Amino acid sequence: MNTHKLTKIAINDPVWVRYGLIAVSLATIGLFLLLPLVTIFIEAFAKGWQKYVTELSDPNALAAIRLTLLVAFICVPLTTVFGVASAWAIARFEFRGKSLLTTLIDLPFSVSPVTAGLIFVLLFGAQGWFGEWLQDHNIKIIFATTGIVLATLFITCPFVARELIPLMQEMGSEEEEAALSLGANGWTMFWRVTLPNIKWGLLYGVVLCNARAMGEFGAVSVVSGHIQGLTNTLPLHVENTYNEYNAVGAFAAASLLTVLAVVTLVLKSFLEWKQQRT
Amino acid sequence: MSIILKNISKRFGNFAALNNINLEIPEGELVALLGPSGCGKTTLLRIIAGLERPDSGQVLLQGEDKTHKDIRERGIGFVFQHYALFRHMTVFENIAFGLRVKPRKQRPNETEIKKKVHALLELVQLDWLHDRYPDQLSGGQRQRIALARALAVEPEVLLLDEPFGALDASVRKDLRQWLRHLHENLNVTSIFVTHDQEEAMEVASRVVVFNHGNLEQQGSPSEIYDNPVNEFVSRFIGDTNVITLEKHHTDWLQLSGLVIVPEAANSVHIRPHDLEITKSSSDSAATATLKDWQHLGALIRIELAKQGANGSPETLYAEMPNEQFKRLQLSKGDKVECRIRHAHWFDAA
Amino acid sequence: MVNKTNILPAFKPALGFTLLYLGLVVLIPLSTLLFKTLAPDSLLSWQGYLDIISNERVQAAFKVSFLAALLAAAIALVLGFVIAWTLVRYTIPAKRFFDAIIDLPFALPTAVAGIVLASLYAPNGLLGKPLTELGFKVAFTPAGIVIALIFIGLPFVVRTIEPVLQEIDTSMEEAASSMGASRWQIFQRIIFPNVFPAALTGFAMAFARGVGEYGSVIFIAGNMPYVSEIVPLLIITKLEQYDYAGATALALTMLLVSFALLLAINIVQMLLRRRTFETLAPVVAITP
Repeated sequence: MNTHKLTKIAINDPVWVRYGLIAVSLATIGLFLLLPLVTIFIEAFAKGWQKYVTELSDPNALAAIRLTLLVAFICVPLTTVFGVASAWAIARFEFRGKSLLTTLIDLPFSVSPVTAGLIFVLLFGAQGWFGEWLQDHNIKIIFATTGIVLATLFITCPFVARELIPLMQEMGSEEEEAALSLGANGWTMFWRVTLPNIKWGLLYGVVLCNARAMGEFGAVSVVSGHIQGLTNTLPLHVENTYNEYNAVGAFAAASLLTVLAVVTLVLKSFLEWKQQRT
Repeated sequence: MSIILKNISKRFGNFAALNNINLEIPEGELVALLGPSGCGKTTLLRIIAGLERPDSGQVLLQGEDKTHKDIRERGIGFVFQHYALFRHMTVFENIAFGLRVKPRKQRPNETEIKKKVHALLELVQLDWLHDRYPDQLSGGQRQRIALARALAVEPEVLLLDEPFGALDASVRKDLRQWLRHLHENLNVTSIFVTHDQEEAMEVASRVVVFNHGNLEQQGSPSEIYDNPVNEFVSRFIGDTNVITLEKHHTDWLQLSGLVIVPEAANSVHIRPHDLEITKSSSDSAATATLKDWQHLGALIRIELAKQGANGSPETLYAEMPNEQFKRLQLSKGDKVECRIRHAHWFDAA
Repeated sequence: MVNKTNILPAFKPALGFTLLYLGLVVLIPLSTLLFKTLAPDSLLSWQGYLDIISNERVQAAFKVSFLAALLAAAIALVLGFVIAWTLVRYTIPAKRFFDAIIDLPFALPTAVAGIVLASLYAPNGLLGKPLTELGFKVAFTPAGIVIALIFIGLPFVVRTIEPVLQEIDTSMEEAASSMGASRWQIFQRIIFPNVFPAALTGFAMAFARGVGEYGSVIFIAGNMPYVSEIVPLLIITKLEQYDYAGATALALTMLLVSFALLLAINIVQMLLRRRTFETLAPVVAITP
C-alpha cells in the first residue's frame, strides 16, 4: 500500500524537481485560491467595521438574507429526504435500471445553471406551458419565491444522494440484517443502526446542499426577476450592489456566504480526518 | 427446535445454488453444513434464517411452516461471518439491542436487561469488555460478543455463518473447542457453515456435506469418514489416495491384499493410514520406492513412488504413527512393500 | 456473498418516492427543453433552429465560451496535476489546510467568486494593476474569462487525479528503478499511463463546467458581444427579450454538446482502460 511519506530512496524525485513542483503548487494555490478568499474579507472591511454592519443592515440586504434562509429552509430538508430515500433504494437493493437511475440523479450536475433556470421559465413563465393557467389563477411562480425554490430544488437535488450512496454501499447491509435478526422492525433498524453509521456523511451532504442552496446564482438569476427587497437572494444582492459600485455592500454580503463556504471546507476536512482514523 | 427442510431449491440468475434439498435436523444437535465455496451451504443457512427466500420448497420450524415468515418471527439467532457488530455501540449496548427492541409488552426493564447482558458476557468470559467498542476488540473477542448478542434473545436455533473463517489459526482452534462446550451447556439446536472439513469433523455431532447445490451425504463424523457414499465426499473429507483402475496394474493391488471387484467400479480410494508399508528386499509388483516423508507431529506422512502402467511414476501417500515409522528404520530410496487394509470403490464419472 | 438480501424493508416506498421526486423536480422540467423544440406546435422548426445557431453573435458567443473553457481546462489540467502530485507525494507544512482549500471553488457561490476575481484583476486591482503595467489586460477581456474558469476548473482536475495517484503501487516504480529506469522514464511509462484516464476525466469535467459557467464569469468578462460574451449570458439576454425560442435553442445546444463530450470521454476511458492493462501487465522493458 502506498504511503504519503515516501522514504524509499529508489523512487524519490530529484530535489530540484520536488522543490520546483512544490513552489508551483503553492503559488497556484496562493494566487488562485487563497488570495481571492482573503480579498473578500479585505474588501468587506475596507471602510471599517461600522460600514460593514451598516451595509448588512440595509433593508434590501436583510430581505435578501431572509429570502436566502427561507429558500434553504425549504430546500435542504426536501433534498435530504430525497437523498436518504434514493440512497436506501440504490445502495441496498438490486433492480433493473439502477445505473440509469444513478445517472439521472446526477443530471442536474451536468446542466448549466442558466439552463436550469430556463427550464422553469419554459414551464411556468408567461409564455410557458402553464403560463396562461397560472395567470388566470393569479399564481406567481416565476419572479416569485416559488420559482426560486423550484430552481434551487433542481440544482441541489443530487447533493445528499451523492454523499450517501457510495457511503452506504461501502458500509454493507450486514449490521442492518443483524438488527432485523435480533427482532428490530424497519424504523428501529433505520434509526438505531443505519442513521448512526451514516451520520457524518449525511451531515456533510446536508452542509454542502445548504451551501449550494444559499449560494446558487445562475439559475436563481433567471427565475427571480431581480426585484429588490422581494425576490433577491443574497447572491443576487451581491450582484446588485456590485453593479451599483457599492463595493463594501457587495463584499459584506459576500463575506457571509464565504463564511458558509469556509465552514463547509472545515467540515469536509474533519470528516476525512475522522474516516482516516477508522 | 427441530428443523425440516423439504425440497428447497434456489437459483441466482442462471446459477443453481440449491437443488431440491431435503434435510432434517433434530432438536439439540450441533450440525455442520460443510462444502467447498459456492456449494450452497451459506444460502441454505440464510434460507433457514429467513434472510433469503427459497424459489420452491418448505422450511418447517418445530413443525410450523415458516417458509414465508419474516426473519423476526422465526425465533432464530444469527451470527454473521464478519460479526456485523454495531460499530457505534458499546459491547453492552450491542448485546442489549435485541432486548431493547422487543415490543413494549415483552420488553424487560433496564435492571433485568443489565442482569441478562452481564450473565451472557460471563458466559462468553468477556464481562470486562462491556464498555468497549467493537473496533477495540480482537477478532476472537468480536466473535464471542456476536454470539452473546445472538443468544440474548433466547433463540430456539442458533445459526452461524463461517464463524471461525476470519480468525487466526490458533484462535480458531481454541474457539472450536469453546463452541462445542458452549453447545453442551446450552443445548440449543445449532447449525454452522464451514468449508473446513477438519473443523466440521472436530466440532459437530452431525455433518452435512454439500457440493454444487446438492446434498451429498449426512451423518456423524465417523460415518462420513469411514463410509463416504461417493467420490466427492471421500476426497473432500480427510486425505485419500485415488487410483483409477486403468492406470495401474490390478496385479499389484491384489498382491497388496485388495479384493478387486470386477467391472463394478473403476476408482479406488485408499486412506493413507490404510496403506501399510514394510521394508522390502524383493522387487515384486507390489513394491514402491520411498521418496520422502513429512513429520506432522504425531504422524508421519510418507511419499511413495510407484511405477504406473505406461512407465510414468505415480505418487501415493501413506500415514503411520511416529513410533512405528522409527522402528521401521527406513531411508529415502528404500524399496517398501505395500499392504492395503481397506479401500472404497466408486464409479468415476 | 452471491446476492444482496432482499429482506430489508421499505424498498418500494423508497424507490417510489425517489422516482416521483426525480420526475417532478428534475425530469419533467428538463423535458420541457426537449418538447419545446420538438413538439409540432413548438417554437422551433429545424430551419428556425439552424437560423438561430448560425447567427453571427451566437456563433461568436459559442466560440468565446468553448475556446475559453478549453484553454482554461488545459491550464487547469497542468496546474491541477502538479498540485495533486505535490499533495500526494511530498510533505509540506499545513498540508491539510492546502488540501481543504482546493475545494473552495466548489463551496463558494459563483457570484462571490465573480466579484472578487473581477476586483482583483480590474485595471486598478491588486493583480490587475501590475499586469496592466506589464501590458496584460485581463479584466473585461476574454483573458478574464479564462482566469475565472481556471479558478472553477482546478478542483475538478485535482480531485479526479488525486485518488488515482494515491492508488499507484510504488513497488512498480521500485521495480522499474531496479531495472535502470530514470525518474522521467518511470513517469512517462508507468505513472502517466495510469493517471491519464483520470486526468482526461478531470479535464473534461472542468471543460464541461466551464462552458456553462455564469456567475464567476460575468463580472470579469466585460460581456461585450462578439468579443467577451459567453453563451449563458446570451441565453439570459434572449430571455429578457422574450426570445424563448432563441434561449431554448442555445440551451439545448449547450446541453447536447456536454452530453456528447461526456459520452466521448466515457468511450475513450473504456478504450484506455483496456489498453493500459495490456501494456502494463508484462514486464516493462527499459531501453536506456
